[in-house]
Amino acid sequence: MNTKLSVSNTSVNVKKGVINSSRIKANIRTYTMISVLVGIWIIFTIITGGMFLSARNLALLARQASVTSVLAIGMVFVIVAGHIDLSVGSVLGLCGGVMAILQSRMQWGVIPTLIAIILLGTVIGAWHGYWVAYKKVPAFIVTLGGYLMFRGVLLGITKSVSISLSSPVLKAIGQDYLQKGAGIFLAVVAVIATIIMVFKARSSREKYNLDVPPVYQSILKVCLFSILIIGFVLVMNNYEGIPIPVIIVLCLTLIFNFIATKTKFGRCVYAIGGNPEAAMLSGIDNKRYTLLVFIISGFLSAIAGIILTGRLNAATSNAGAMAEMDAIAACVIGGTSMTGGIGSIPFALIGALVMASLDNGMSLLNTESFWQQIIKGLILILAVWVDMSTKKK
Amino acid sequence: MEQYILEMKNITKEFPGVKALDNVTFSVRKGEIHALCGENGAGKSTLMKVLGGVYPYGTYKGDIYIDNEVMKFQNVKQSENAGISIIYQEFALVKELDVGENVYLGKLPGKAGIVDWDMLYYETSKFLKELGMDINPHTKIKDLGVGQQQLVEVAKALSKNAKILVLDEPSAALTESEVQTLMGILRELKKKGVTCIYISHKLGEVFDIADRVTILRDGKSIGTFDIKDINEDKVISLMVGRELTERFPREEHTAGEVVMEVRGLNVYDPEGTDSLVINNASFQIRKGEILGIAGLMGAGRTELVTSIFGGYAGKKSGEIFIDGRKVEINKPADAIKNGLGLVSEDRKRYGLILQQSVTTNTTLASIDKICDWGVINSNKEYLNTSNYVKELRIKTPNLRTKVNNLSGGNQQKVVLAKWLMTKPKILFLDEPTRGIDVGAKFEIYNIMNELVRQGVAIVMISSELPEILGMSDRILVMCEGSIKAEFNYRDATQEKIMYYATGGH
Repeated sequence: MNTKLSVSNTSVNVKKGVINSSRIKANIRTYTMISVLVGIWIIFTIITGGMFLSARNLALLARQASVTSVLAIGMVFVIVAGHIDLSVGSVLGLCGGVMAILQSRMQWGVIPTLIAIILLGTVIGAWHGYWVAYKKVPAFIVTLGGYLMFRGVLLGITKSVSISLSSPVLKAIGQDYLQKGAGIFLAVVAVIATIIMVFKARSSREKYNLDVPPVYQSILKVCLFSILIIGFVLVMNNYEGIPIPVIIVLCLTLIFNFIATKTKFGRCVYAIGGNPEAAMLSGIDNKRYTLLVFIISGFLSAIAGIILTGRLNAATSNAGAMAEMDAIAACVIGGTSMTGGIGSIPFALIGALVMASLDNGMSLLNTESFWQQIIKGLILILAVWVDMSTKKK
Repeated sequence: MEQYILEMKNITKEFPGVKALDNVTFSVRKGEIHALCGENGAGKSTLMKVLGGVYPYGTYKGDIYIDNEVMKFQNVKQSENAGISIIYQEFALVKELDVGENVYLGKLPGKAGIVDWDMLYYETSKFLKELGMDINPHTKIKDLGVGQQQLVEVAKALSKNAKILVLDEPSAALTESEVQTLMGILRELKKKGVTCIYISHKLGEVFDIADRVTILRDGKSIGTFDIKDINEDKVISLMVGRELTERFPREEHTAGEVVMEVRGLNVYDPEGTDSLVINNASFQIRKGEILGIAGLMGAGRTELVTSIFGGYAGKKSGEIFIDGRKVEINKPADAIKNGLGLVSEDRKRYGLILQQSVTTNTTLASIDKICDWGVINSNKEYLNTSNYVKELRIKTPNLRTKVNNLSGGNQQKVVLAKWLMTKPKILFLDEPTRGIDVGAKFEIYNIMNELVRQGVAIVMISSELPEILGMSDRILVMCEGSIKAEFNYRDATQEKIMYYATGGH
């Protein structure tokens, strides 16, 4: 009997073909998500006689989706960690209200105002995280409490009247567009970055003696991404340029998707959501990561508050009402599992686009708002059903 | 012509890419206890799922006859109506409901949707009496021990008028005495004409109770034997397809210096009471030895190791020394830093993140080793994982496969890989071979020997006495939270261990 830890190659089938087939599976899932989105777009395009797909409307659509997208990024972390955050809409509203008060009533400068708002959101996130992680109160309860409390604080400080902003810079964050030249420049930078990243990954694999995909695959990948990037910028430039909020969303997506997929932090969050006990016994500090996840959610709620208040150029007492539901819906449409451990930020953004497209398209059609709600609710259920039934196969 | 109550003829069941059952033939005589043996992945569970209607007629090839009549089960209900009742390894009991409600779950008696509770509890207590169980049918399932829960499952099967009772690994979670009770009940049922199919890894039980045994290997039926015409070694060799010269690869280890010493460890009940789960435990572990911890279920063995590891909820007092230095271990991260590893008893609950990949699970306890400045280096991750996959011979289609899709033995190896990657000095193994097949067990024993040769100290908890006797260098026996005895393996016998484990002095 062989008593050594024998090295037998036959048992490890790490063949390239096998890896590729699992990649293709993941792609099929992406395609169903995207095809739901495209389906919605085609329907609206036909009904509106092409108005939906105009450059102007697409720019507006992207801007509309930005608030939900920012919230959804944070929500993905929270849900993946096995929790929920119902407070993000109220926190968004409160941050907007405080921003308007600081800036227009107390005459704070732009930079101090922004720093204060982001700190406020972060501290509120830490408050939620503390109760969930260290006091073991279920997140649903803690953030439901936060949902009520912070909306209450907002009503108190604004006396339920809307407060307009006087700073053109804050307004610009919500409303302005990147100059067309700068847009092109960004596109070029993005394409170059893609090329560098794809080929750096190749050389790293070579360094560790791993299988390197054929060159044509890498080139194809680069081309595909480049077409997407350039196409997007050209469409946006066809109107006024890329909206600033969209730039913010793209930057946040890049950063937080990196955190989710490539860092120890992200790995630990997915582990905690997947099996908290196994994660704890593997030496992961569940409490600390839970706290951090809520801090991220609070931070992003503040950013969303800044964007929304800038776009409306005023803070209102009902700003961000129901925004938590849109964010949760975006995550769920994007395949995030409510039991934790599974979820992806890019997919959640597709979910946010689905929600925003419905809002936008039905507004174009002057659909009454009660119909809008009914249809959004139905689409939510259908989208998740489609996603689940394709996953099974 | 023999009288068969059940015949499964030429059953073939294919999953994408795998032939789980290949032309299997399986015949059971009326009123016998028929054991079904095979390694994990041999097709036992698949065969029973075909019988139970989990895989409906048409998704497999072949025919099922009950009392010489062809059966075409479309669902579980039809199979139950034909008198087949399957008790799976994971119980189908609702913990918050009581015994009576569970026995009649899905078929509550009554009229017009109004439950006849009196009849339900009356009938339930009749079944419980039949099984010799002295419990109140109003007791909630969560307040029962695993052994009693198992018997509630049997009562549930009886209430469905089962002609054929299938037990899938019934003894995996039971203590020795609970197993004996179960055996007694099965013999009683046999007298009443109930036919029983008994799936087990524990050959001792099989030879104790079965009339005949059928062996499956790699989805094929190898043969059916009268139990008196065959012995344990023969069954094992048919299961694994090779002669096992020994079940335990005993090696002489030379124990080195003391790596860890526990002095006066007290552990309190996490529910806040002052009762002690571990009472004044003191022991030493030496470099390069296997220390076995024997005891009955509830003796505090798991609590002992998880509290040392910092993963137990209750308070503790006492001192722990590693390499002669006193250490404070308050959480698992501290333990890992001090060179401890813990393969816990329930791998699905405490060891693995089932819906995540082999890679993620393998690197989970040593993420820092694959990170540069907090960023995961996916190539380091891949190389580390594939090394352990090779070394431990983990059978997986690829490294991204979700561990959910691996067999029990391979899942256990992934847990081992996770801890080996932390390069532990002391490795606690809590029931390391529970629920895995003979071949994988043998591989895990070999891995243990190899680790000891490399100087790792191993502490192994096991409920299987042959395993304790076959692998340990020294043996501690626990009972009611205290260490009652210590033996060198040469002096230990099953009888001596059981004497102290059952509270002898």
